[in-house]
Amino acid sequence: MKSKYYILIAIIVLAFLVGNFANPIYFNKSVDFLNSKFSWTLPHFWNKPFTLGLDLQGGVNLVYQADLSQTIDKDGAMAGLRDVIERRVNMFGVSEPVVQIQGEDRLLVELPGVKNVQEAIQMIGETPYLEFLEQREEKDSQIILDKMKEIQTAQEKGEDISKIIDWQIALQSPYFKPTELTGKYLKSANVIFNQTTFKPEIELQFNDDGAKLFETITERNANKPLAIFLDGASIIDTSGDNKIDGNDLYAPIVQGKISGGRAVITGNMSTQTANDIKRRLNSGALPVKIGAPISQETVGPTLGSVSLQKSLWAGVWGLLAVALFMIVFYRLPGLLASIALVIYVAIVLSIFKLVPVTLTLAGIGGFILSIGMAVDANILIFARMKEEINNGKSLGLAIDEGFKRAWPSIRDSNLNSLIVCAILFLFATSFIKGFALTLSIGILVSLFSAIFITRILLQIFIGNWAEKVKWLL
Amino acid sequence: MNFNYTKYSPIYYTISGVLIIASIVCLSVFGLKFGIEFTGGSNMQIEFLENRPSNEDINKSLVDFKLGDIVIQPTGQKGVILQFKGVDEAIHQQILAKINELSKSEEKSFQFIGPSVGQELKNKTQIAIVMVLLAITIYIAFAFRKVSRPVASWKYGVTSLIALFHDILIPLGVFAVLGKFYNVEITIPIIAALLTVLGFSVHDTIVIFDRIRENILRKGMGQFKENVDLSLNQTLGRSLSTVFSTLIPLFAMYFFGGETLKYFSLALIIGITSGAYSSIFIAGPLLVSWRKWDEKKF
Repeated sequence: MKSKYYILIAIIVLAFLVGNFANPIYFNKSVDFLNSKFSWTLPHFWNKPFTLGLDLQGGVNLVYQADLSQTIDKDGAMAGLRDVIERRVNMFGVSEPVVQIQGEDRLLVELPGVKNVQEAIQMIGETPYLEFLEQREEKDSQIILDKMKEIQTAQEKGEDISKIIDWQIALQSPYFKPTELTGKYLKSANVIFNQTTFKPEIELQFNDDGAKLFETITERNANKPLAIFLDGASIIDTSGDNKIDGNDLYAPIVQGKISGGRAVITGNMSTQTANDIKRRLNSGALPVKIGAPISQETVGPTLGSVSLQKSLWAGVWGLLAVALFMIVFYRLPGLLASIALVIYVAIVLSIFKLVPVTLTLAGIGGFILSIGMAVDANILIFARMKEEINNGKSLGLAIDEGFKRAWPSIRDSNLNSLIVCAILFLFATSFIKGFALTLSIGILVSLFSAIFITRILLQIFIGNWAEKVKWLL
Repeated sequence: MNFNYTKYSPIYYTISGVLIIASIVCLSVFGLKFGIEFTGGSNMQIEFLENRPSNEDINKSLVDFKLGDIVIQPTGQKGVILQFKGVDEAIHQQILAKINELSKSEEKSFQFIGPSVGQELKNKTQIAIVMVLLAITIYIAFAFRKVSRPVASWKYGVTSLIALFHDILIPLGVFAVLGKFYNVEITIPIIAALLTVLGFSVHDTIVIFDRIRENILRKGMGQFKENVDLSLNQTLGRSLSTVFSTLIPLFAMYFFGGETLKYFSLALIIGITSGAYSSIFIAGPLLVSWRKWDEKKF
């Protein structure tokens, strides 16, 4: 009997934790109040925001179809393409962009909060451009660096930079200048392992024209670096910030004139890095065209936040109405089931935050639907309980029997709903997936809350005293 | 309370029959209006800041773009939804500029679906529907594998399937009417809602059949009709409670949930209501009628 009270305490602690995690505003406000009143330094509750989908925060969702008809290594080409687009999208400076391969030849790009959609589409749609660059002379570098500084100071003062003479100069890389050698002369790149050191190396294979160009370029650049840029940024991340941008200036040093169109880049790199570099080289060598998006969805920021507000209020009203319904029809057990339902909502919202599940309108729809379905198990159990009481069983026995007899139906029904959810997942459109995912999470959590939590509450709060006040049941 | 359900079977059958025939007529006369997810095209939602130009003016100003049939649908106070053939981002921006010339506006959303994507979604939807039906049939066959007398287990399955078609036809009929008169389209959310209804309503039916099975085991095989009546009476409270508790948040979603969730919740509301009706008034009584018919034959 005692263990039930321990479980009750555990449930209360759980309810406190998930409740404040789902909505820490009230906890943090009270902490602020106490801190200012007694000059304590109580910490705030962990405030982790929900992950919102594009339809709720605004942004653009683009689906591209890559033309793989000329490509043999389709998976490799798609991985390369994703890499290229990821780099471009990162330069756009939007928070948490998504670039995902879907199916065989589809690429999904999500840009939350992006302002200029047209520019984004243009930049994504461009064919990747690979170029080999040689070192500039020092005085040339200085000219560009000076110009960059000039523009920077002008920008800080808020002046119009287009008035500066030759401002375009500053757009170039200050240390390297392009050569005639570009991605179209590169046949392929591969990762090989050195026979003696066993370290990964990258092997470049040029075509006939490329071989000649490479020969002259290596001849005049012996013992100097030769940089490789894809889309205007180095293909190697040297500054270690997980971004490939203008700060990454790594370049292999040319050991001497190389003829025959085959070159090897050696160095102290991991297999992972070598593979990254190989992929980038290949996406410049065998560029995959993606052209214009085959589907596009743009949601303005106002529509997103209005939808979020509205759907949240719908959830609040739905929850209150279901709780009221349960209390009116099932009285004391209904009240306990409503408490379990509130804990259910807090647990589900906490899971959404923790995983995190990207919340979309459909997901919220699934969640609201699950509020209604979550009490179904309780309704089945209470109906059975009443029957047992009418058959003259004692309260404690009726509770146990009610749970036992209702279980097969509850199990079957939830299993059935989960099967349908699994099939809905096949749709692969984000709307359906969001709906099926939140509904499945809801169903699973409701099994725990409606059965486990309600049962403990019933056993503890409906003792033998309730025998005398049967109208409560 | 002990209500003699099966006595009034002809009334239930008539109500359902009328609704089903009406749905089939509406579906074949009006057809379903599919959204651009399935047909391909562009959809633009605009909110005018001052006053909303007339549909004619909008149509005229866009005539140069050769957008084919432009569907213009006013929403709210100053909003409008435009639908036309698929355009790329450059043309989309030009259209937006043109509309801004007409009256200052803010674009709330823009959607473009290529024709290949639409076709693909159609195929995927068909596969999903077939799979859901198949899964549910297997589920029923499995759930009733141990019941064979006095009514064979496959008859429970067939009866549930009939109830399912009932539950899916009626909302489709309603949406055919809504599509014809209010431009409501069949979109992905509505398909998802209808598939969820299938799962939900078969469960309702199964809870009742479960009771019938339990009562047969308890009280013997005689008097099948009385058994069904008793089971329906025993499960009625639960059936109604479940339907209400599910409908409550759906109504909240319908009234407060905003534009996107409105028809999604409407599909669920109609489907779940007709599902509840069919589980109580169609599935059980059908079993009894079927048995009577079998008895007459011999």
